[in-house]
This record gives sequence, C-alpha cells and structure tokens, in this order.
Amino acid sequence: MEKILIPLIGNELAPRFDMALEVLIVSVTRETSAMGKIDEKIVILDAPSSETMYRMVMSESVKTILCAGIEKEIYDFLRRKRLRVIDNVCGPVDPVLEAYLMGTLTEGQSYY
Amino acid sequence: MPIADLSAIIHGLTDTKALATLLDALPLGIAIMDTRGKLLAINSAYEKITGVQRKDVLGIKCLHALRCDFCMKNCPIMTDWENHDPKTVEANILTRNREKVFVNLTLSPLVDDTTTIQGVIETITPSSGGPLDEVSGHVLGLGELVGRSPQVRKIFAMTPSIAQTDSPVLITGETGTGKDMLAEEIHNESDRDGPFVKVNCGALPPPLLESELFGHIKNAFPGADQAKQGRLRMAHGGTLFITEIGDLPLSLQTKLLAYMDNHVVRPMGSTKSVRTDVRLMAASNTNLDDAVRNKTFRQDLLYRLNVIRLHLPPLRERGEDLLLLQDHFLRMFQLRYKKKVERFSKNVDKLLKSYTFPGNIRELRNLIEYAVNFCDTPVIRMRHLPGYILHGHGLPTNLTPSTQRPDIPGEVRSAPPERWEDVQRKMILDALVKTGGRKQQAAELLGWGRSTLWRKMKHFGIE
Repeated sequence: MEKILIPLIGNELAPRFDMALEVLIVSVTRETSAMGKIDEKIVILDAPSSETMYRMVMSESVKTILCAGIEKEIYDFLRRKRLRVIDNVCGPVDPVLEAYLMGTLTEGQSYY
Repeated sequence: MPIADLSAIIHGLTDTKALATLLDALPLGIAIMDTRGKLLAINSAYEKITGVQRKDVLGIKCLHALRCDFCMKNCPIMTDWENHDPKTVEANILTRNREKVFVNLTLSPLVDDTTTIQGVIETITPSSGGPLDEVSGHVLGLGELVGRSPQVRKIFAMTPSIAQTDSPVLITGETGTGKDMLAEEIHNESDRDGPFVKVNCGALPPPLLESELFGHIKNAFPGADQAKQGRLRMAHGGTLFITEIGDLPLSLQTKLLAYMDNHVVRPMGSTKSVRTDVRLMAASNTNLDDAVRNKTFRQDLLYRLNVIRLHLPPLRERGEDLLLLQDHFLRMFQLRYKKKVERFSKNVDKLLKSYTFPGNIRELRNLIEYAVNFCDTPVIRMRHLPGYILHGHGLPTNLTPSTQRPDIPGEVRSAPPERWEDVQRKMILDALVKTGGRKQQAAELLGWGRSTLWRKMKHFGIE
C-alpha cells in the first residue's frame, strides 16, 4: 500500500505546502488493477506549518507528497527522509492524482 | 495624475503589444487580474521574481502563481474588499526554485465611475531581505545557530542591528542553549576589528579571576613572576564575553562596573591605567534578577549590562527546531566521521520528541555524535543511544517493538569489536552529556583531572 499526501485548498492543490489548511491522504493498493484500490481521507489542520505536515507524514506513514510550492530546505529534508516529493504541480486534485497513478505526473506540471 | 491627451493614451494602450511593452519596461513585478483574482497579464519583472512563465499562469488564479503567504490569509480578493483601499503589505512568496523571497506587495483595485471594482493591479518588489539569513540553502540560521521557531527568528532578526552598536549585551538562557555562539556571532557581524575574548567566571577561583580580567604587573602578588596583560586589554578593539557572570564575586562586580564607566584598566599592583576600547557581553544561565534580590549580584551592574537583553529559549520550547537540529547534527557528524548513517528510527524520533533535553542543544548534539559513532547500520536505533536516555524518566510508552530477531541460543551474532579508544570516547561523551557539558564536573565523574579530560577530548576531537 502506498500513502500519498496532497495539501489542498478546496478541490485544488494548495499553493503552499506550509500553509495548507486541508490535507488529502490517499491510500492506494495496487493489487486489483492498474489504478489500484483507493481510500481517501481529508484532515483539517488548525495551525498549518511544515512541521505539522511532517508530523502527519510520519504518523500516517506517507511515502509520496504531491504539492505545489515547497521551500527548498523542507524539500531537501523530506527527500533525505526518503520520501518522494513531486512539487511545482498545480491544478484540481483529481486530474493530478489520476496522472500520478497513471505514472505520467512530473514536477512543474499544470492541470488548469 | 494629470493627463494631457487621454484618448491618445487609451488608443495606444488598447493595443496588446503596446501594453506589454509598457508593463515590461517597468522595474517592479506587475500582475493585472480580474475581480476574482484570475491573471490577465503579467510583466517580465513578475516572471523574474516568481520564476513563472506567463504562458503557464495566465488564466489561473493569482495565488497559484504567486504562492504568497498573504494570499493564504487575508487577501481582499479572496474575501470582501469593503472600502476599496489599496493594500500594501510585507509578505513572502515561494518561487519555482523553491526559494522563499520576501517582497513588498501592493494590491490596488481598478474602480470605475460607479465605484465597482473592475479589476486589480498587483505589484511586487523584493524587499531588502527577510528577517533571516539563509545558510547554505538548508537550514535557516545565523552562522552556526540554527532554527525556525518564532523566538529564535526574532533573535536572528535583531542580531545585525545589535552587532552594529557598542552597547553591552546580556544573553540569558539555560545551559546548552547557544549563548556563547550567539555572542560570537554578534561579534563576527560587528565592525569591530579586535578579537573575541571569552572568560568563564565559573571556571576560575576568585583570586585568579581578577588577574585574568584586569591583568597584573610583575611581583604584584606572591607567585606573579611575570606581568600579565589581562583579558580586558587582550580584547582591545574587540569584544570581551564574560560567561556565567552570576558567579563573578561582588568585589569584582564593583571593579567591572567601574570599568564600564570609564573603560580604564588598572592591572593589579600597578599605578598606571590603560584606556581600552572593548565591547562587553555577558551571559548567565541563572536568574540575575533573583541574584539581585539575594544580594549576590549588584543591581547597578545588572542595569549596566541589561542594555540589550537576549533570551535564548530552551530546546523543549522551540517546537519544530528539534527536527531541524536533529537533521543538522546528523549531517554534520555523518560528514565528520564519514559514516553512512542516514536517519533515525521511528522509535528514536518518538523518544527525542518526548525527551525534555535538560542539557538543551549541547545535549542533543552530544547525543547524536554518540549515536553516529556507535551506529553500525544506516538507521540510528534505540540501542545506539547512550544508556542514560533509555533509563531516564519520560520514556514514551508507545514505542513499537523492534523487528530485530531475538538472539537465538546456538546462533552467534557477531558484535562489532569495541576498541579501548571507542570505550574511552564513549565514557567522555557520556560524562559530558550527564554534566550538561561542564568539563570540571565531567572530569570529576570520570575520576580524572581536568587537564587529563581536556587532553583526551583534544585527542578524540571532541569539542
């Protein structure tokens, strides 16, 4: 099972990792089909910060982060923690997630 | 703004190319948006500051292009723009290169004759710098000091201006919070050409301390077979940093106070005075206000020192800094000892998060140095930590059991060979951690003389 974290604003990727008030956590089990079986949950954050996000990444055993803007030091930190981070992505969450699951999502893509 | 020929201007600017030329000629970043914040035009300065390309962002909402903290909090476009007044704020944005850039942001509504907003003009200019230095693109800090928590950010922001004055500075904070490093950093950032000289009042007996600070002439007292300059004169043109000033005897407090009044040093036994130019900084890990109440510290000296007071918070109050510092020290010792230790196990992370760190950053640093030294795998696990932390109070109860197989009788697990040097090194680090870095106490704990401990620390490269 792979867990993916996506910072949100409404139905779109939040512009900043450290300031998102909502987070979508997607659990994907790829045993049944190419896209896999998906479970989703949304977590509301009281006080967003990079630290809060990292705590959530650790507690939820997240493996992949899809986000828009993220500071270099946080990006490097997460990468050193062996997390996959695909950043500078923007657009509504559904096509972004779909592209990731299809294996076509790359850094810097816009889905608007 | 008075306009000579309005129709000519309108005619000229309704041409797309002419408008783009005008916007691109302006040195500040400009975005023109509709009333809902959708980008209609941006100029080349905007592209340069944010790192976006206009073909990628035209038509999308400004907040996705600018990635500004202001957009996420109280941007009037996102809420109700009640009074139509332009807004000017200091903000920060994240560029496409993942850099945080501090900007001055202005939002001005384009209002028609019926006072309806028809659009918004946004301008951005990089501000002279944020409240922090960026150190090698990894952690935010000031020289060797590392941190992001609000209390520490505030100190980092104040330091450059403090460095430019010659006023005395008093740095307070628990042991191991980085008082000495902060003092040295203030000195390094100042324009003072002289040296940074440090004296520890707790480390010297009172009779020696006076001679250490003010110097003495030859034969000033029995055993003074040579003249001594004293730290105040050594620091001429620079900074004298007096640590643990709460331990300074009352008689010397009076003498120091007199020095702060006239900047004149008279060595012990001498009739001659020497004028010096020294900036004084002091640090204490005890509460000097309490010491004044207990009459062990002079109130007037506290007032003289208290011109600029900086308080370094203990590690347990610095929130997210713990993670940054963990990572910072791990990388530092990885490089120093050339070991492929990459991360902490989840249990170690949990333990470090719950531990109170009475020795603060120094304790964390020593603990990670110990762990990196004794770690034989890429992951630092509980067994690599010094014993005292595992047997102390406050061990988290929700640690997950190790997945390592228990030792099975008959199956031999080869333990890494332990050299005597490693054992000694471990003993020193253990003792230093236990005593919060106090070398005298660590030496006593080990049953060694202070000089033996110092020599061995030097041998093992322990700072």
